[in-house]
Amino acid sequence: MIGGKNSLFGPVDATANSGYGDDHPPRKGFFTDTSICIGCKACEVACKEWNDVPADHFDMTASSYDNSHSLNANQWRHVAFIEQPKRLGAQDPGLRAPQVTDLGMPTARPSDTLTVEEGEQTDDTKPDFRWLMSSDVCKHCTHAACLDVCPTGSLFRSEFGTVVVQDDICNGCGYCVAACPYGVIERRRAPDGAKNVGIAQKCTLCYDRLGAGQTPACAQACPTESIQFGDVEELRERASTRVAQLHEAGIMDARLYGNDPEDGVGGAGAFFLLLDEPEVYGLPPDPVVTTKDLPQMFNRASTAAFTLLAGAALAFVGRRR
Amino acid sequence: MSETTDRNGTGPAAARDERQTTAVIGSAGGRRIGGGRRGGRRPGGRRKHGPGAEQQMVPEAEFTSYYGRPIVKPSPWEKDIPIYLFAGGLAAGSSLLAAGADLTGRPALRRTGRFGALAALSVSMVALVHDLGKPSRFLNMLRVAKLTSPMSVGTWILSIYGPFAGAAAAAEAVAMLPPGRRVGPLRLLPLLHRPAGLMAGLAAPPVAAYTAVLLADTATPSWHAAFKELPFVFVGSAAAASAGLGLVGAPVAETGPARRLAVGGAVLELAAEQQMERSMGITAEPLHEGKAGRLMRAAKALTVVGAIGAAVSGRSRALSALSGAALMAGSACTRFGIFEAGQASALDPKYIVVPQRERLAREGPVRYEE
Repeated sequence: MIGGKNSLFGPVDATANSGYGDDHPPRKGFFTDTSICIGCKACEVACKEWNDVPADHFDMTASSYDNSHSLNANQWRHVAFIEQPKRLGAQDPGLRAPQVTDLGMPTARPSDTLTVEEGEQTDDTKPDFRWLMSSDVCKHCTHAACLDVCPTGSLFRSEFGTVVVQDDICNGCGYCVAACPYGVIERRRAPDGAKNVGIAQKCTLCYDRLGAGQTPACAQACPTESIQFGDVEELRERASTRVAQLHEAGIMDARLYGNDPEDGVGGAGAFFLLLDEPEVYGLPPDPVVTTKDLPQMFNRASTAAFTLLAGAALAFVGRRR
Repeated sequence: MSETTDRNGTGPAAARDERQTTAVIGSAGGRRIGGGRRGGRRPGGRRKHGPGAEQQMVPEAEFTSYYGRPIVKPSPWEKDIPIYLFAGGLAAGSSLLAAGADLTGRPALRRTGRFGALAALSVSMVALVHDLGKPSRFLNMLRVAKLTSPMSVGTWILSIYGPFAGAAAAAEAVAMLPPGRRVGPLRLLPLLHRPAGLMAGLAAPPVAAYTAVLLADTATPSWHAAFKELPFVFVGSAAAASAGLGLVGAPVAETGPARRLAVGGAVLELAAEQQMERSMGITAEPLHEGKAGRLMRAAKALTVVGAIGAAVSGRSRALSALSGAALMAGSACTRFGIFEAGQASALDPKYIVVPQRERLAREGPVRYEE
């Protein structure tokens, strides 16, 4: 609903804007630090298990190790695998072979490779490609286009500031699908016999678990804490600390995505630390909620409607025939 | 090989390889997956007109993406929705024509308009319910009235317009009965005939215009980029289609206004469409390519032919009817063409990345400013 001045665009407390009083819990969200994602897909599996999301395909994309394709109705977490012909950054795992004391024993190898001197490992021995892995999820935008355009009220803002679909109210019109600037939400098409076929589906940020004071399944399953769950305010601080840390370590490609409450979607409830441009991960470079332009759209449509009325009236003016 | 390099592929093979490497570095593989071309847009589709035959609106842009996969999702809508758009426009314009015909004493044009409006409205409702899957799902739309949802606004516009259009058509039908058969409540309907018809005419323009907002308020690149001009394309198209129906259904003695409306609507539609393509930048491309391109070209040809026919067909019933049919077909092609172009634009990440990158280079990231 159009409430305050910033209800279509601009920084706003999403939960308060939706009519919750002061006693609602703090806004919850995800900070996904892709720099420590190992691509294990535990999040994908945990999400499917907990939310009973059906599997409806098992095929390879033939272009990378990504076998789950995209975020969609049956994939509420999606781990992207990006293979880049780019050297790894200045990451040093500190795992050099320990110095071995030469006991003068016979060896099959030439003696000059026996020990590795400090600093001897040059860039030549590093792989000439890198993998970027990133677990993507619904962004739970502050200005959520899906929620704005839903004609039934099926999509709603929860007390945790997240965006949730009510299966029993959704009428499957599919408007949210076209409205999402990230291509997250989708109408479930398959498999036959699964629940909610024909209904819009996406990440609920484990609404049921939040209500019970639990951590969402994906974050709980993540072994590297690449997916961090918590209060959005605190996560934003954690994220800026982490990106500063990476910049200090010389990884200047590190950047935050979706964290700024003044951005095109009013800041996302789920935001990311990326190591390359967003589009490399399949994310839009600078998404804007389309309802930002809605007042202008309705103005243009009103003008057009008036033009039609006037034009039709004019057509009847004049000659009798 | 990425589409970008493919399109530039006129140089020697060595240079092409080098470009491909650049594209691969930039695009995380750069290849399109096998099934990624569901939209059926051919690479280099625009070149079929021969070099220089069509002026490029924007230079070919480099862009990166995740294995060429779509960023936004295309709407799950199928043929139902463009049929709905066309029928809604036809119904709205017909109600306007019928109201005018009623006020100026053109009974045959009025009858055509009222029956046409009801028939078109029924078609659009059937299409909508078919898209939703089952009729009861339509009722869920009446749970709320939401200004931020053009679909909700449209539902309420239709809920106001529909009963008036229906009552006007019913009154028209009763008027055709012999007086002895108008029994019981049927005798009351003729009392409603003018007020219902006029109310339907007043409620009609929003019906024709809101569908443009319905498409534009999405993240589908070629629909959203068109938001300024699309309402004018759609009302022009609605006027041309309904005037076409009037030309088909009414004798030439009464179709003067329909012919004027046909020409006016066609001119508005074509001019607004031209302006729209200029303002859309790279997202206008899908309007020229593949299925959408064929539909848009057919729409233009049919609309032009229909409008000229309508203008000169003053005395010939046959020519009038033919022109009218061409105008209706042109309007349908416009709706299908714009629909298909949007679907194709959603499937190609280029139409998300390139405009957003250009905006970033021009204005910096979108930020809220007081």
